[in-house]
Amino acid sequence: MSPVLADVLQVTALIAALALVHRPLGDYMAAVFQSKKHLCVERWIYRSVGADPDTEMRWPAYLRGVLVFCAVSVLFLYLLMRVQDKLPLSLGFRPISPDQAFNTAASFVSNTNWQSYSGEVAMSHVTQTMGLATQNFVSAAVGIAVAVALVRGFARSRTGDLGNFWSDLVRCIIRILIPGSIVAAVLLIAAGAIQNFGDIHHLTTLTGQQQAISPGAVASQEAIKDLGTNGGGFFNANSAHPFENPNGFTNLLEIFLLLVIPFSLPRAFGKMVGSVKQGYAIVAAMGAIWFVGVVAVTWLEYAHPGTASQLAGGAMEGKEQRFGEGPSSLFSVSTTMTSTGSVNSFHDSFSGLSGGVLLMGMMLGEIAPGGTGSGLYGMLIMAIIAVFIAGLMVGRTPEYLGKKIGTREIKLAACYILVTPALVLIGTAVAMALPDGKDAMTNIGAHGFSEALYAYTSASNNNGSAFAGFGANTEFFNTTLGLCMTLGRFLPMVFVLALAASLAEQNPVPATAGTLRTENPLFVGLLVGAMVIITGLTFFPVLALGPLAEGLAV
Amino acid sequence: MNNSVVNTGRMVWAALRMLFVLTVVTGILYPLAVTGIGQALFHDNANGSIVKVDGKEVGSKLIGQSWNIKGTDQPDPKWFQGRPSNSNYDPLATGSSQLGASNPKLVKMVKAAKEQVAAFNGVDESEVPKDAVTGSASAIDPDISPAYADIQVKRVAKANGLTVARVQKLVDEHTDGRTAGFLGEPHANVLELNIELRELAKN
Repeated sequence: MSPVLADVLQVTALIAALALVHRPLGDYMAAVFQSKKHLCVERWIYRSVGADPDTEMRWPAYLRGVLVFCAVSVLFLYLLMRVQDKLPLSLGFRPISPDQAFNTAASFVSNTNWQSYSGEVAMSHVTQTMGLATQNFVSAAVGIAVAVALVRGFARSRTGDLGNFWSDLVRCIIRILIPGSIVAAVLLIAAGAIQNFGDIHHLTTLTGQQQAISPGAVASQEAIKDLGTNGGGFFNANSAHPFENPNGFTNLLEIFLLLVIPFSLPRAFGKMVGSVKQGYAIVAAMGAIWFVGVVAVTWLEYAHPGTASQLAGGAMEGKEQRFGEGPSSLFSVSTTMTSTGSVNSFHDSFSGLSGGVLLMGMMLGEIAPGGTGSGLYGMLIMAIIAVFIAGLMVGRTPEYLGKKIGTREIKLAACYILVTPALVLIGTAVAMALPDGKDAMTNIGAHGFSEALYAYTSASNNNGSAFAGFGANTEFFNTTLGLCMTLGRFLPMVFVLALAASLAEQNPVPATAGTLRTENPLFVGLLVGAMVIITGLTFFPVLALGPLAEGLAV
Repeated sequence: MNNSVVNTGRMVWAALRMLFVLTVVTGILYPLAVTGIGQALFHDNANGSIVKVDGKEVGSKLIGQSWNIKGTDQPDPKWFQGRPSNSNYDPLATGSSQLGASNPKLVKMVKAAKEQVAAFNGVDESEVPKDAVTGSASAIDPDISPAYADIQVKRVAKANGLTVARVQKLVDEHTDGRTAGFLGEPHANVLELNIELRELAKN
């Protein structure tokens, strides 16, 4: 079978699997967040925590819950890494340095999972499971909770209540993430991934050389790493490591896992606002951008522009033989457009223009389909911007789902879309103005600049993948990137929850003949157009300096 | 004001307890449950797919190895060789070169690898496949392409005193196609090839 045909079948199988699952999963998620009943284990959790899951929260209370819980998480994770050598199962690893521990804590709590450390020689069993894997669950659930609060803003009227943060958080983990992760983890082990709490295993090979085989609770972490769009690898090589991703089947399974919740949430959204068609319009916009990205990067990697790739006869530098160009490209686009950031091949060695597509995927704001929860609320913000633009064209107060988009709403949406571009551009500019930026580069010229740009884009948009040649384990980068991850995650959430409240307080406006329909292909086109133009205008200059300059020079 | 301080204090306390409980559930119970299932049902996989020869552990099926002559950086002609590795196949230093597709350093490395592989296997540079001259992502890629295995057959046969036909048969038997026919890329596992090769050479 030709590689291209295999790739076409692979993408087809992936889309078919997603299409099959999104409906039951979306309906299930909607039911989870609308149900009045608590499971037995949930009641036990609420009792031991002393939280009342039935109190409705207004937006400041909901936000306070999110921020306080995440602040406590950062502190706990930071402390755990600082004292990991004194805890059991330490594997002899030393405590993580203060700046790197801050960076890693900010990274895992913000669902970024940027890693300036090398897992196999840095993190103990306890840090990996009780620290990092736990944040893989809760950070994903926090994102979904905030998205659900925004959806309630559209679905409810004449109320300030957005639901209960504790109940949303716990339900998401207990009813969605844990069952999904157990199934996925067992499948991964069945296909070859490891799952043990042993020591580093030393053996002698046939040539008489020593080899050290890494241990770890890998499959359990791999499952939630992808399902929760986290992306932090157990090992430095991430999903390129054969223990994390042993073969072509696990590769597709992992891609499926990282796409499945983001692509199913719009269905849950449609259910909750009472019109599944509205959800399909959102999915269509997400899917269109993702698909174009997949085609572009796959084509570029097969064409392999670049002096070294041309000489080698293919773009296999930084790729695994069992995956090759096609499955690696599919993974790279899916991971950058979902805010996951796990990698099965190293983006730094992709062709210049492919790197540009991956950067653009993140710069869109992680919405195609985006991270768990963050993808949906990011896309709904863009939908508000799109109806606002349409409203300006015809001179009519814009509405979305029966809610008027007035001054307050559009201000909040505008603030939302300004946060990450500001962090990316200011961060990159500061790094380039100081000697730190240049010192960290592995590559030279335009590609070196792309490394710095990629780092700030990935951190601010909570992606976590890297042009990993960039030596970001310095005090300067650990600190500034840590700040970008934190601000890039939580500032937008403030605007989302404020917006949710202002929508929920409104009376719905009945649809008339003059109302812009938001469930048809015309609107999907408008939405995609608005996103691409806004992102393009914001980032074109900086893309021209990096990936475009490199790509066009070949 | 006072009220909100009290509220926030209460929330911090609730958040701490919530984190504690969720850490127990997702950070202890969940990985232990998965480990229990994994160890019970797929014991070999869960412990790293360790391969034994004559009762002695010689590696993991999933982790590539260096097939250089011990103590040197010279490839041993009697073994099938794997792909270039950024860390000489050290599983505690996984990752790739991170060099860009046009980086002059990478151009130099590819060029050198091409010359070396061609000379080592006695083939023309145009026959050297791409995976033989590019570093893998993990640095411990256990596989090579069927094409790279094919160009090594003559050299390996000669070094082990075997016929080319016999070694070619071995390669053909140990070349895995795509999973389920369309997932991933065709590949041959170097450790498996070399273990079989050792058996053949012994007889």
